[in-house]
Amino acid sequence: MESFEQRLAQWDKNVVKSLAKRKERKETFYTTGGHAVNRLYTHKDIAEVDPLQDIGLPGEYPFTRGVQPTMYRGRLWTMRQYAGFATAEESNKRYKYLIEQGSMGLSVAFDLPTQIGFDSDNSLAEGEVGKVGVAIDSLRDMELLFDGIPLNQVSTSMTINAPAAVLLAMYIAVAEKQGVDSKELRGTIQNDILKEYMARGTYIFPPEPSMRLITNIFEYCAEAVPQWNTISISGYHIREAGCTAVQELAFTLADGIAYVEAAIKAGLSVDDFAPRLSFFFNAHNDLFEEVAKYRAARKLWAKIMKERFKAQDPKSMMLKFHTQTAGCSLTAQQPDNNIIRVAIQTLAAVLGGTQSLHTNSRDEAFALPTEASVRIALRTQQIVAYESGVADTVDPMAGSYYVEALTDTMLKQAEEYIARIDELGGAPKAIERGYMQQEIMDSAYRYQKDIEKGERVVVGVNQFRIDEEPPKGLLRVDPEVEVMQKQKLLELKEKRNSPAVATSLEALRIACSSEENLMPYILSAVRAYATLGEICGVMRDEFGEYIGTAIL
Amino acid sequence: MLERKIRVLVAKPGLDGHDRGAKVIGRALRDAGMEVVYTGLRQTPEQIAATTLQEDVDVLCLSILSGAHNTLFPRVTALLKENDVDDVLVIGGGVIPDEDIPFLKDHGIEAVFTPGTNTEDVVSFIKTNLKR
Repeated sequence: MESFEQRLAQWDKNVVKSLAKRKERKETFYTTGGHAVNRLYTHKDIAEVDPLQDIGLPGEYPFTRGVQPTMYRGRLWTMRQYAGFATAEESNKRYKYLIEQGSMGLSVAFDLPTQIGFDSDNSLAEGEVGKVGVAIDSLRDMELLFDGIPLNQVSTSMTINAPAAVLLAMYIAVAEKQGVDSKELRGTIQNDILKEYMARGTYIFPPEPSMRLITNIFEYCAEAVPQWNTISISGYHIREAGCTAVQELAFTLADGIAYVEAAIKAGLSVDDFAPRLSFFFNAHNDLFEEVAKYRAARKLWAKIMKERFKAQDPKSMMLKFHTQTAGCSLTAQQPDNNIIRVAIQTLAAVLGGTQSLHTNSRDEAFALPTEASVRIALRTQQIVAYESGVADTVDPMAGSYYVEALTDTMLKQAEEYIARIDELGGAPKAIERGYMQQEIMDSAYRYQKDIEKGERVVVGVNQFRIDEEPPKGLLRVDPEVEVMQKQKLLELKEKRNSPAVATSLEALRIACSSEENLMPYILSAVRAYATLGEICGVMRDEFGEYIGTAIL
Repeated sequence: MLERKIRVLVAKPGLDGHDRGAKVIGRALRDAGMEVVYTGLRQTPEQIAATTLQEDVDVLCLSILSGAHNTLFPRVTALLKENDVDDVLVIGGGVIPDEDIPFLKDHGIEAVFTPGTNTEDVVSFIKTNLKR
């Protein structure tokens, strides 16, 4: 009887013969991230992949198939729309709208001055107040932001990095005012400074004090806010900056390794903090490549935690992640097409086993999204969740010859990158030398050139174009917001207890040059209504500021 | 005699950290034979104006994705004017709504390039609109 191998060899010959008459669409097919894609995958391509050791079962090491045994049959992913603009009052309204529409968790976008630790009245904040997120200057703004939202009933994700300790302290202080114990609080702070140096740009302090703040947060929360995800190690922004899927995977996990090392060095024991680490990935258009990326990420992190860091608790080995669809894939041309892109990316995230998801809106290549656009984005998740059937069985892509082969290849390539970064002395050193920045930039430039040469088709941009009118009805942030924020700051500074503010800031200053955990000091300053700019100002004085690299 | 290379400053005013576009444009201009200086992030209008003078550039490319363009772009061009700089071609790029473009053009930004721009269009715009 003919064997599969014989038949496959014959099939290959037949296909090659037929190619003489009729060529394929391209000489070589590539994934978005640049992997050559074979014409056909069979079980031969995954002969090395062991069903138990490499793929395993959901909820079990190495977690390739997911971190929970029942995945979305038990509970759907958290539909969490990133939002925030203008003032705390305005953003509070948007949060209440999102909750009404079925959003399951909040995700706070802060404006750039807040992210860089400046108050709204700082001259460097001019023109930026309330633009890309909500302006938060003090605990007063935070109280308004969560007004009427019981903090023991929502989970809140905050995209905040360099001043994460301050915003977390404000959240804890709002909870206190609501009578909610910090032990009940659920949510995430991004708190990932390494990718800020690498790709996103909202750093304040140099690496060493930044890493101290991060490990201080790990330590403080393990006791006081035990349900909080103390970091969201983010590949999202690295990908947005232009890297490939494998680079996203590798650089993110390399950052993860650096945080674990820093925490261990600070005297924490791995199983005390590792279960609260979380990740954040991008979902781009290449469906199978993205699914393989998430599966490879889970497996590789489990291996790293078990083998490199000798974690004992399986929870320390589980890579839990948030996903956001790819902002960089949205086009300003024929923007309604973005709805379709986001739907495909949603499918990728869900087939990849994400724990929560933000879907972008069609109009985000122009401005912050309108309410109507945000609703479509949320409905996209709901349609995938309730109508498509993909959430009804665990890890449905497992066993696909292509996806398993790609998972394996991506994992190996990521390991090679991590080995290279280890050689350079770990992620912080490699970033200092500009290694990742250069890799990201090379990929970004190649991507753009491929589009311009027509080798990569972007519908509506380099093919299938039409003449169209500029979009109407975009969301605009009123420039008055800046005036209002400054006014609020003036009033706050008149009303608050100034000596208490001064005392708390002085205590923080002294603590900065000690070995103490800074969280309790930051919390006291926040409670006294010291502003974000004042608190970060003290730390700027004590720690200095980081100057970024400018690599073309 | 060798023709002098076109000198370009790519600058990021404001607090926004998104510089993929700025860097891609910078590289494309370099590939097109221009000399390109990139400022890095978080430059004040004053710093950008000073660098423009110091580097003696022919072209200044400003990039903002945070929505602060209406505040910061005109600030840069006003400072150039104050310093009697009238022969530098100033262009802008980023996430900028079409309806803001006339205002920016009135304030000395001679072209605004938005998402989906082909880098070759930027190269040819610069070559045909140089002021010196």
